[in-house]
Amino acid sequence: MIQAHGGNLSNSSNAKIVVAHLSVQYDDGTESLRDISMEIPANEITVLFGPAGGGKSTLLRALNRLNDLVDGVRLIGKVYLDGENILDPNLDVVSLRRRVGMVFAQPIPLPMSIRQNVIYGLELAGVRHAGKLELALEKALRAAALWDEVHDRLNEPAAALSGGQQQRLCLARVLALEPEVVLLDEPTSGLDPISTAKVEASLEEIKRDYTVVIVPHSIQQAARIADRAAFFLQGQLIEYGIGKDLFVAPTDKRTEDYVTGRFG
Amino acid sequence: MSRQLTQRLIFTLIILAAVSTVTPIVLIVGYIAWKGLPAISWEFLSGLPREGMRAGGIWPAIVGTIYLTLGTGLIAVPLGVAAAIYLAEYAKDNWLTRAIRIAIINLAGIPSVVYGLFGLGLFVLFLRFGTSILAGCLTLSIMTLPVIISTAEEALRAVPQSFRVVSISLGGTKWQTIWRIVLPQALPGILTGVILGLERAAGETAPILFTAAAFFLPRLPDSPFDATMALPYHLFVISTQVPSMPIQIQYGTALVLLVFVLSMMLIATIIRSRARARRQW
Repeated sequence: MIQAHGGNLSNSSNAKIVVAHLSVQYDDGTESLRDISMEIPANEITVLFGPAGGGKSTLLRALNRLNDLVDGVRLIGKVYLDGENILDPNLDVVSLRRRVGMVFAQPIPLPMSIRQNVIYGLELAGVRHAGKLELALEKALRAAALWDEVHDRLNEPAAALSGGQQQRLCLARVLALEPEVVLLDEPTSGLDPISTAKVEASLEEIKRDYTVVIVPHSIQQAARIADRAAFFLQGQLIEYGIGKDLFVAPTDKRTEDYVTGRFG
Repeated sequence: MSRQLTQRLIFTLIILAAVSTVTPIVLIVGYIAWKGLPAISWEFLSGLPREGMRAGGIWPAIVGTIYLTLGTGLIAVPLGVAAAIYLAEYAKDNWLTRAIRIAIINLAGIPSVVYGLFGLGLFVLFLRFGTSILAGCLTLSIMTLPVIISTAEEALRAVPQSFRVVSISLGGTKWQTIWRIVLPQALPGILTGVILGLERAAGETAPILFTAAAFFLPRLPDSPFDATMALPYHLFVISTQVPSMPIQIQYGTALVLLVFVLSMMLIATIIRSRARARRQW
């Protein structure tokens, strides 16, 4: 078993993702993550929280190598998914991204129908069988709690959905690929409270089958949904632990100050 | 002078400026239609020229211009769109990319008669294609490429970056992303550029002057290696080279060329406005 320093789990055999001494640096000399080590367990919701610019999104994007799309980024250290280093330059990133899906802050429906949006990833992966696609479509939309609202208008453009529906569609689109890990980067930042509750409820559902890593859009949301919580400040992992412990009784002064609203 | 008066004066001047830019177009189209319409008849459109072009029709010139335009499209569109995809999606900022961009800008600035001479040297003489549709299309392609490349690149760049990121994050390869998302979204913009480029090709005289156009060839071309009559060159010929030419035929020919080119423009406009209405971003 790969051991990481810092954020060790009590039961490390359960670790789905192991981040080991990860630093993210840019060509201009700045650094957005410094020597991060943590273990992320399967079938739980792990929350990465902290003030803006702390490196949460950067870590999220390292987990499915989306940082590759940006020029001049260097990732130092290792990130293991089921024991395999996913920062290996020879890794097949396309199949990695099928295993590790991502929901972004803004709902970005692709310019096509609701149906096409959900099966897009499967079609890219070469799934052609219509029955299989329909089955995956319904399953994913149900898991994202969107089926009842859209099942009778699957051929309408996805852009016609409301913001909250669009974001659940984006979740469904990821779930259709049946990934192992679902990453969410402030998925409810543009949503109303009811839509937010729906998204949070479906996260509770999907964690049974997936590993969920989320950057919440507020500290309240972090406290509501976190099985585990990691507090990031200026590129460093300050504290990492069981969600209900960390929000009730943080051990680090900086975490306490942030959680109690003294800054941030 | 009071502020009110200044306001009114400026407003009047601006309106006048706007109107004066439209006037020449209205006058040109109106005048040519007025003088040319009497010449238009089925025989004029579909017949062969007779009596040293002083009578009969312009059918070979119409067909020649259609051939030249389509042939140019066949060559320039795949090349131009591929180049635009390279520039918009793949090219990093290095010496090669910069060289390509400088080349494109310079190509756009070359006078069309120089393209004609270049085509004469390379395609007609060196490659021995002779004065032919093929040589003309190749020459027109080189002239059209900068327009197609730059409008296509612009259309590709206008597709939101977020679509690409989403597609990649769903396990798409770069090419899948381009083929399934970026190109379809950019297609109306690319088509507009293609049509505007080909429209220019259809109306140009100088590039085909030495490469493709026949002075007088009262039959249809039957291979890409045949020379052909073409509307712009035919118009030039009957306006300057043929004594005692009936003026009606000149204006009739000009009208046909104008309608040909303007209808391409109209198609481009329709495509653009339709796509804009349907666009989801």
